[in-house]
Amino acid sequence: MTLPDLSSLWLSLYLAAVTTVILLVLGTPLAWWLARTGSRLKPVVEAVTAMPLVLPPTVLGFYLLVVLSPDAPLGRLWVEVTGGTLTFSFAGLVLASVIYSLPFTVQPLESAFETLGRAPLEAAASLGASPTDAFVNVAAPLAARGFLTAAVLTFAHTVGEFGVVLMVGGNIPGETRVVSIAIYEYVETLRYAEAHVLAAGLLVFSFALLMAVYAINRRYPLHGR
Amino acid sequence: MAADRLSLHLRVRHPGFELEVAEELPLEGFTAVFGPSGSGKSTLLRAVAGFETPLNGRIVWNGEVWFDAAAGVNLAPHRRPVGFMFQDGRLFPHLNVAGNLAFAYRRRQGAGPARDEVVAALDLGDLLHRRVHDLSGGERQRVALGRTLLRGPSLMLLDEPLAALDRQRKTEILPYLESVPARFRVPTLYVSHDVDEVARLADRVLVLAEGRVQTVGPTAAVMERLDLQPLTGGFEGGVLVEGRLRRHDPRLHLSHVELAGGVLATPLLERLAPGQIVRLRIRARDVALATVRPEGLSIRNVLPGELVEIVDEPETGFVEAFVRLDGEGPPTRLRARITRAAVEDLRLEPGRRVYALIKSVSFESAGPG
Repeated sequence: MTLPDLSSLWLSLYLAAVTTVILLVLGTPLAWWLARTGSRLKPVVEAVTAMPLVLPPTVLGFYLLVVLSPDAPLGRLWVEVTGGTLTFSFAGLVLASVIYSLPFTVQPLESAFETLGRAPLEAAASLGASPTDAFVNVAAPLAARGFLTAAVLTFAHTVGEFGVVLMVGGNIPGETRVVSIAIYEYVETLRYAEAHVLAAGLLVFSFALLMAVYAINRRYPLHGR
Repeated sequence: MAADRLSLHLRVRHPGFELEVAEELPLEGFTAVFGPSGSGKSTLLRAVAGFETPLNGRIVWNGEVWFDAAAGVNLAPHRRPVGFMFQDGRLFPHLNVAGNLAFAYRRRQGAGPARDEVVAALDLGDLLHRRVHDLSGGERQRVALGRTLLRGPSLMLLDEPLAALDRQRKTEILPYLESVPARFRVPTLYVSHDVDEVARLADRVLVLAEGRVQTVGPTAAVMERLDLQPLTGGFEGGVLVEGRLRRHDPRLHLSHVELAGGVLATPLLERLAPGQIVRLRIRARDVALATVRPEGLSIRNVLPGELVEIVDEPETGFVEAFVRLDGEGPPTRLRARITRAAVEDLRLEPGRRVYALIKSVSFESAGPG
């Protein structure tokens, strides 16, 4: 049996980890705001957040390519600041993944925060906790399941992305060739054995991860009253 | 000790409901906010805590402005020195009992009771390592009360803390609740729609109906008002009287309580020590009147006084007669529910000397000795 190039696998896992961390940092306040706001902007923001779920990855990838290109303002700024381009680079992949996987972070968190309601936060405030204190020490622990679901879904979804990566990142070994693209290439070049190893590995990995989440959720049910 | 003062001038509007209050409340001991459900009791309490923002008005606690719409002041709830106890306790399920208590006292700014003192006063010692999920309803409320006290509040706000409990659990937790204002020296505003609870706990009552204050005053006086009967209706017509426990008579199974108007024999109050102040309830239907001191009577409690007022009870053959008992100091008033026929027969009218014949007296609560 021929062993495939494993660097693509590590790249995928690394990309997914970085994306998950960034999205938890950005997505938490967004989800918190969405869960608690009465603003008229809420449906608009929710729709924008959910867009990556329904758009074909090629559409998203195409526009990202346009925006990130060195000819566009954002892409040019990046070139000036870092010296490298956003397109066909790891940094560009991270940015694309953050947008692509956004709903997988925000939606579970938003629903966890909504389930929480105002009651525990009022209780915390009545005991002298500032809003930040109440979030860190009451809301976040009570929404732990939401965070776990958000992190796992974001991670798994990023590992599995293909279309956007292909459009924005291309296929540069060690830089943008993630596992899904490696598999595609093995199949295209009729190297089924290597494709099998990677594909089966991904299959098992995804199943194990989701299985672990559901098992944990079952073991530690939502904090009820 | 000067009484604390809560100045409430506010209007809160919800869809289909408006609460409007303008009251200066001296707060000492237990003050009940009483009224039927939907009258705005909880909304009022939540506005004081800062969970509701009034449309306009001012909320001032002992000169400290918590809310002033005109000046744009709205102190955040966590900066108001209040302790809020919720109907469902709202203990944090991710912390155990000790963790819930610690949450409160770690964030305390000013003075307050020591943890051990609260744990001892509320018998929380055995619960400290329990998970919140495993507590009974009564235990949960006891922990919630302890947690609220440990915040070191200068004003306690209790939002129907017993409403979710059955009668037996209520009886378990009432003594703990009762001891709070005196033991921890913190005035307490207490929302309830249960007249019996109010009669037992409250020193003063604010009656709310449809978002408006109907009256504020000492519990006994408020309970007596006939015009509020539709609201206080759950409380069978009668009066609350306070007196000092003089002595027990275990042989006859009686205790003697001295009122301004004489001495009353009550069922033996063995739990209490002579010298303690007790609050008794005398129902109007348990009081009869006589124009001369009756003899050869099985009723033991016969007290002289003067008839002050007769109020018709519409659509029945009954009236309520108000009697002021003789005696020094603040007068004791009784209510007697008697027939209109008796009034005519005995020619009862205000000013008439009468004897109140009290068939039965029930114990309501005890104050300090």
